[in-house]
Amino acid sequence: MSDLLKMTAAQALSSLSKKQISSVELTTAYIEAMEATHELNNYVTSTTELAKQMALDADKARADGNAGRLAGLPIGVKDLFCTKNVMTTACSSILNGFVPTYESTVTSRLWESGGVMLGKLNCDEFAMGSSNETSVFGPAINPWSARDGEALSAGGSSGGSASAVAAGAALMSVGTDTGGSIRQPAAFCGVVGLKPTYGRCSRWGVVAFASSLDQAGPFTRDVEDSALIFSVMAGHDAKDSTSASMSVPDFSEAINSGVEGMRIGIPGEYQMDEMDNEISDLWRQGRKWLEQAGATMVDISLPHTKYALACYYIIAPAEASSNLARYDGVRYGNRIEAETLDLMYEATRASGFGEEVQRRILIGTYALSAGYYDAYYLKAQQVRRLIKQDFDTAFSDVDAILTPTTPSAAFSLGKPVTDPITMYLNDVFTVPANLAGLPGISVPAGLSKQGLPLGLQVLAAPFREDRLFSVARTIELQAQFSLAPARAAGELQ
Amino acid sequence: MTVDKNAVKKIARLARIQVSDEKAELLSADLGNILNWIEQLEEVDTTGVEPLASVNEHALPWREDIVTDGNITEQVLKNSPEVAGDFFVVPKVVE
Amino acid sequence: MSAFVQGRTGDWEIVIGMEVHAQVVSNSKLFSGSSAVFGASPNYHVSLVDAAMPGMLPVINTECIRQAVITGLGLNAQINKYSVFDRKNYFYADLPQGYQISQFKHPIVGEGEVQIELADASTHIIGIERLHLEQDAGKSLHDQHPSKSYIDLNRSGVALMEIVSKPEMHSAEQAAAYIKKLRSILRYLGTCDGNMEEGSLRADVNVSVRKPGEPLGTRTETKNLNSVRFIMQTIDYEVQRQIELIEDGGVVVQETRLFDTTTGMTRTMRGKEDAHDYRYFPDPDLLPLKFDDAFIADLKKDMPELPDQIKSRMVQEYGLSSYDANVLTEEKETAAFYELASDGRDRKLTANWMSVELFGALNKAGLELSSSPVSPMQLGDLVDLISDGSISGKIAKEVFADMFETGKNAKQIVEEKGLKQVSDEGSIITMIDDVMASNQDKVDEYRSGKEKLFGFFVGQVMKASQGQANPGMVNQILKEKLKG
Ligand SMILES: [Mg+2]
Ligand SMILES: [Zn+2]
Repeated sequence: MSDLLKMTAAQALSSLSKKQISSVELTTAYIEAMEATHELNNYVTSTTELAKQMALDADKARADGNAGRLAGLPIGVKDLFCTKNVMTTACSSILNGFVPTYESTVTSRLWESGGVMLGKLNCDEFAMGSSNETSVFGPAINPWSARDGEALSAGGSSGGSASAVAAGAALMSVGTDTGGSIRQPAAFCGVVGLKPTYGRCSRWGVVAFASSLDQAGPFTRDVEDSALIFSVMAGHDAKDSTSASMSVPDFSEAINSGVEGMRIGIPGEYQMDEMDNEISDLWRQGRKWLEQAGATMVDISLPHTKYALACYYIIAPAEASSNLARYDGVRYGNRIEAETLDLMYEATRASGFGEEVQRRILIGTYALSAGYYDAYYLKAQQVRRLIKQDFDTAFSDVDAILTPTTPSAAFSLGKPVTDPITMYLNDVFTVPANLAGLPGISVPAGLSKQGLPLGLQVLAAPFREDRLFSVARTIELQAQFSLAPARAAGELQ
Repeated sequence: MTVDKNAVKKIARLARIQVSDEKAELLSADLGNILNWIEQLEEVDTTGVEPLASVNEHALPWREDIVTDGNITEQVLKNSPEVAGDFFVVPKVVE
Repeated sequence: MSAFVQGRTGDWEIVIGMEVHAQVVSNSKLFSGSSAVFGASPNYHVSLVDAAMPGMLPVINTECIRQAVITGLGLNAQINKYSVFDRKNYFYADLPQGYQISQFKHPIVGEGEVQIELADASTHIIGIERLHLEQDAGKSLHDQHPSKSYIDLNRSGVALMEIVSKPEMHSAEQAAAYIKKLRSILRYLGTCDGNMEEGSLRADVNVSVRKPGEPLGTRTETKNLNSVRFIMQTIDYEVQRQIELIEDGGVVVQETRLFDTTTGMTRTMRGKEDAHDYRYFPDPDLLPLKFDDAFIADLKKDMPELPDQIKSRMVQEYGLSSYDANVLTEEKETAAFYELASDGRDRKLTANWMSVELFGALNKAGLELSSSPVSPMQLGDLVDLISDGSISGKIAKEVFADMFETGKNAKQIVEEKGLKQVSDEGSIITMIDDVMASNQDKVDEYRSGKEKLFGFFVGQVMKASQGQANPGMVNQILKEKLKG
């Protein structure tokens, strides 16, 4: 069993199909790893009994010759996906005890393909945060350690999803990305994180944060696995009116096709003053790798990049203020009793939502309210169009864009950031893709001086995830990044 | 942009979130800072720019008019903090 | 328009606008697959979408789009090929999402009009501002528990058309005519069943008063009126209240009011005091609604004839009075009944028989036209018997009463009872001769100039014939004979 946790999903599938291992063995290894890494706080609910059963079923299906594409692979799920008969809280106290009677489309697809559910993963409350610190369960911890030994943030909002895959507590996981919530924690934890094109993965059954930005995506150990699980997650869903009816291509060719002849854009505006030097260096290194692999690097301009964050921090809270109105203590979740209906609402929501969630609801309410709508919400939507147009223009010339994923490596959990804007700056490189609906991937590309993983981000035109995989795989091969976090389970250490 | 305490209370009331006077004070500073920062958007010339609500370019899908759902009262009520018979229950609403 | 109301300080003009919520006829709800049928145990026609469970998403029902466009066409309105669903945000116990999906800036239907006719036969055009699609809310029951309200979401998410009039009505009578006409149009179109008692059609009535020639006064909105009578009572009450208030030096407050059906008065709606700020914005779970001209043309092709068209046909082609035509077209079923009953026979006579005898009998029996014991064909047959002289109008009334009671055909009754009119000259002459012979004294008096006695002789002959003699023939022959 020593090698079980080291396998990628593709390797595990190969061993499973050769009957060298069983899903029960693999799953058991992961359940043990979950226990061993318990202190990382990445699972908020573990479903070990269910996992064992699903593993048995997967083994049986494989024996019967009907193994699905993910048959027997242990997967963790961000606690934002509604999972049938398994508590789903969005890591908020307002949803304490909520047990959905339904399964989200994305997770349904995973289980239908034979995936094995390990449990629900920690995240920022309602996916609002960049450090996983707004979770009612406390932050997920990054399995990587800084030289000074302080606990590091796994990033957010899908911190648990990234941490679990990095720590060997899940072979793969799924998360959601509204402003960078997959790519940023992936970069912090040294794993591959994919945010697909808006509309690729159904939002049905996923607790909504900002409907026009939210997108589900996977965390994996490498790019090949990312394509594998993504091809299962993606696809049209009639229950989601914003779901794209595009067919999902086979990405196996894209994985190995390289970047020869590709034109890859380097946006000047992403060279920011506040960015760490080591990030600039990594970015430069990435350019070199791609050039060596035969790509042409092109300097491009995305002039409205600078305004993306401010734009995002109007649009996302505005949508959230409305999406979170349903948490009112009537049909599910926690209720604080009070004399009148309105007092009940106010008490329930004041006690059920954490500080950051309340802050965003208030900002969003303000931005939509009479007298401010035009100045804030409408203005942000106009800027959003300009941001999208920047990308449209860029992609008429280049096949992909290369940027850093984050302006710094994982930060310490020891000194909480008190200024919300400082925290928001974490998403400066990732937010534009959400506003424009583009696919983006973060691939681990190197280590900081502190010995922490750093990620490079690749963006492509809508529905061109194939290009992300080609470019990211090329980087991955050149970078030879090795996933060796200090606080991983057993063999990963 | 300043958001004074009363403005905070008004928004909080719209959002049905109870805020104490103390908290309203803190939020007033917080929200003011964030909105000030957001005001950088004013630098962008958006004359004649059509607002973008959704990046989707496909058509809104239309559903056929057939009854495919409902009759799941138990599921609907299952997670509610308070039910009576097949009703949800809330503090009395006075119209 | 001279419908001014006399106040202490002079004349007041009333200005009324209406927002009508009409439930769309469809099998399933606007954005979910649960049934839109009225009446079921609590929370039965409720899906996870209707209950706003986390992660649930709306998908629009094609039929509701069609019905809205058909209604727009029936209101001669602008159909918008591009419209947008917005969220109207507010908290309420029966609004599970915390917002209503509605249409704000870009409704599916724009300006249109409705023609009304009043008792004095005057016609008026009432402008339609817009029609938009939106979700209905659930229902709160306040009388089940002393300190709790009970919530049933069966109605939550059912499709409504909100039809907003321009403030162009100036009396309760006009408002009543407007809602009746609107209801009639919707029912002809089959887009709303118009059942006001079940709440399928309900109106928010905006009322203000002003001195003639002055700008609009402050209006109040009285919500959710579900009968024509309540609408009229609300207007009467609000007009009086507002005039008195202003004349006493007060000001009308723009507010939402509730109508109390037991007292006939309106009152401020509690809990609605704080100014609403609905924070409308485009629903990011839905994309803009678009369709092309072909879609509209297709629906246009199948448009039914509407009451105004039928009415003008009845007046011009059938020669009916405008009043009769109005009565016969108010309900789709009535017009259809009439068309069938009058087809191929005396249209005017059929109209009379329908609006006087049939409606009278139905009224008395407390029956709807749909359960009339006399079918259109049967009524038509009766009219035929009158037209061809088989029975007199008087006998026909008797026959009709019998038909109504037994459901038998007119011919059968006439035969069974031997009511067929005697139009045989020989037998009429015999009867006249008999009457004259046994009343020789009266004959002499008549001949000496007392011509008033003619009626006496007619009566006697008709009596002798048991009412079956053809009155025209009796008149004519009697006149000849009495001359001597
Ligand atoms: Mg209204
Ligand atoms: Zn409405």
